[in-house]
Amino acid sequence: MLLIPCPDCGVRPENEFQCLGEAVTSRPEPATLDDAQWAGYIHERANRRGQHVERWWHFACCGMIFALSRDTLTHAVSANAQDAWR
Amino acid sequence: MGFGTLRLMQRYSFFTLARNALTRHQDWARAWRSPPLRPSYDVVIVGAGGHGLSTAYHLAKEHGVSNVAVIEKGWLGGGNTARNTHTIRSNYLRDVSIRFHDASVKLYEQMSAELNYNILFSQRSMIDLVQSWGKLRDLRRRSLAMALHGPTYQLISVDELRRRIPAMGDLQNVRLPPLAGVLHPEGAMARHDAVAWSYARAADARGVEIHQHTEVTGFLSDARGAVVGVETSRGVVRAGKVALATAGNTSHVIARAGLTLPLVTRNLQAFVSEPVKPIIDVIVNCPDVGLYVMQSDKGELVIGGGTDPYPSYRQGCHFATFEDVVASLIEVFPRFGALKMLRQWGGAIEFAYDASPIISATPRDGLFVSTGWYGGFKSIPIGGLTFAHLIATGRPHALAEAFTLGRFGGLRYLLEAGTVAQR
Ligand SMILES: Cc1cc2nc3c(=O)[nH]c(=O)nc-3n(C[C@H](O)[C@H](O)[C@H](O)COP(=O)(O)OP(=O)(O)OC[C@H]3O[C@@H](n4cnc5c(N)ncnc54)[C@H](O)[C@@H]3O)c2cc1C
Repeated sequence: MLLIPCPDCGVRPENEFQCLGEAVTSRPEPATLDDAQWAGYIHERANRRGQHVERWWHFACCGMIFALSRDTLTHAVSANAQDAWR
Repeated sequence: MGFGTLRLMQRYSFFTLARNALTRHQDWARAWRSPPLRPSYDVVIVGAGGHGLSTAYHLAKEHGVSNVAVIEKGWLGGGNTARNTHTIRSNYLRDVSIRFHDASVKLYEQMSAELNYNILFSQRSMIDLVQSWGKLRDLRRRSLAMALHGPTYQLISVDELRRRIPAMGDLQNVRLPPLAGVLHPEGAMARHDAVAWSYARAADARGVEIHQHTEVTGFLSDARGAVVGVETSRGVVRAGKVALATAGNTSHVIARAGLTLPLVTRNLQAFVSEPVKPIIDVIVNCPDVGLYVMQSDKGELVIGGGTDPYPSYRQGCHFATFEDVVASLIEVFPRFGALKMLRQWGGAIEFAYDASPIISATPRDGLFVSTGWYGGFKSIPIGGLTFAHLIATGRPHALAEAFTLGRFGGLRYLLEAGTVAQR
C-alpha cells in the first residue's frame, strides 16, 4: 500500500486515489504543430524506469488532482512535484 | 549466412531417451551452445524471451538469415516468458487481432512436432463466465466478430457452465450471479519454459548464437543516424540490423536511441496454490470481476487477475490487487478458500496506447521493435514469424501490416480489449 501525500489532506492511503498516469507537458497549441508532433504529444510517454512524475486524483476525498514524483522501480514517493508538472 | 548452416541437432525421441538412460543421462548434448561474442552480426536481437527467440528461429528458417545474435541481459526465457500464466487463445475483437492470434494458435498446435520438443501443449478450452449484461453484449459482439474468421467463441447456458466446471460453488449466492458462459474450444496452455527452450534449441541448430548475461546499454549510429550496432556490458557489437524484443523494458532501452514510444509499463502478478488432485480441467476467465484460474499439470491452481493500478517496473506483488483477485476467486469457487497459496510473483508488461501490439520499423534506420505484448505469450510463434519477415524483407508481414507505429500518426487505433489484464 502506497502512502500518497495529498497537498490538501496530507498523507493518505493509496486506495483513496486514482493514478491518472504520466504527467505530460501542458497541452500545446495544435495549430503550431505538424501532425507528427501532435501525434507524439498524444501518444508518446517517457515510461521511465526510475523517477517518474505522474498525476494522482484524490477522488475519494477532496477531489484534487496533483502531480507526484514516484520511482517506478522502487515505488518510493517523493515530495509533490507541482513545478515539474505545471 | 544461408540455409547451409543447419547444425546437427540431437533429436529427442523415445530411442534417444532409452539410450541415454543406459548412461544415466550423463551424455545428453547441450541444447544450445555458448559461443564467444563476435564483433559483428547481420542481425542483433535484443532480449531472449519467447519473442526474441522465435524471431531468431524464423529469421534463420524462412529467410536464411542465421548470422544472428540474440543478446539477453539475464538468462534466456527469464523475463515475462518465465512469469506468465501460459494461456493461449484467439478470442479477440478486431479482425486483424483475430486473424493474427488464430494463426498463432495453429502454430502452437504444431510446435512440439516442428521443434522436436514437448511443450506440453494442452488444448483444454477456455470459458468466460459472464456476470453482467454489459459484458454479455460485449462478448456476444466478440463472438460474432470471431464467427467471421473461424475460431469458435460460442455462448453457453449457465447449466452448461455448471456441467463443465463442477468445481464452482452454488452460484445463486454470488454478488453477480452468472448470466451465461462463452466457450472458446481453441483455448490452450503450454509449458512456458519449454516454449523458450524449444525455440532457443531450434534457432541454435540453425546457426543463431544466444548470448546470456549480456546487457545492451546503448546503440551505435553511422553518420546518417542509422543504427549499426549495440553497446553491451561485454563490449561493442556491430550489426546490419538491430531488433528489440525487450518487453516491459522497451521504453527504457529505446530511450538510448533517442526514441519515445506510445507505451506504458505495468506490473501484472499471478500466484499458485498448493497442488491438489485434478479439480478443474478448463481455463476459467471471469472478466467482470477480474479473475482467471486454471490447474497446471503439477496440480497447482494458477490464478491471475488485473494489473496493478499504476505504472511499475517492480515485478512484485501489489497487495490490494492480490486481495481483490482472491476475493473474486473465493466468491466463485468457495471451496478454494481452503487452499494455501504457494508462490506469487509479478512481471513488467507493456501496453501500447491502443492495447494492440507494435511490430514495426522505427524512425531510426536499422532499428526495429516488437512490443506491446502485455498478453503476448500466446503470440510468440506468430509474433516471431511476422517480426522476422519485417526484419528480413523490410516490409510488414501480411498478418501484421496493421501493427506498425505508423497507425498512431494517422490516429488509426486498433482498440483491443480482449483480455483480463487490460480491464
Ligand atoms: C503474471 C503474468 C501473466 C501473464 N499471462 C499471460 C497469459 O496467460 N497469456 C499470454 O498470452 N500472455 C501472458 N502474459 C504476457 C506474456 O508473459 C508476455 O507478453 C510474453 O512473455 C512476452 O514475451 P517477450 O519475449 O516479449 O518478453 P520477455 O520474456 O520479458 O523477454 C524480454 C527479454 O528482454 C530482456 N532485456 C530487457 N532489456 C534488455 C537489455 N537492455 N539488454 C538485453 N536484454 C534485455 C529481458 O531480460 C527479457 O528476458 C503474462 C504476463 C505476466 C507478467
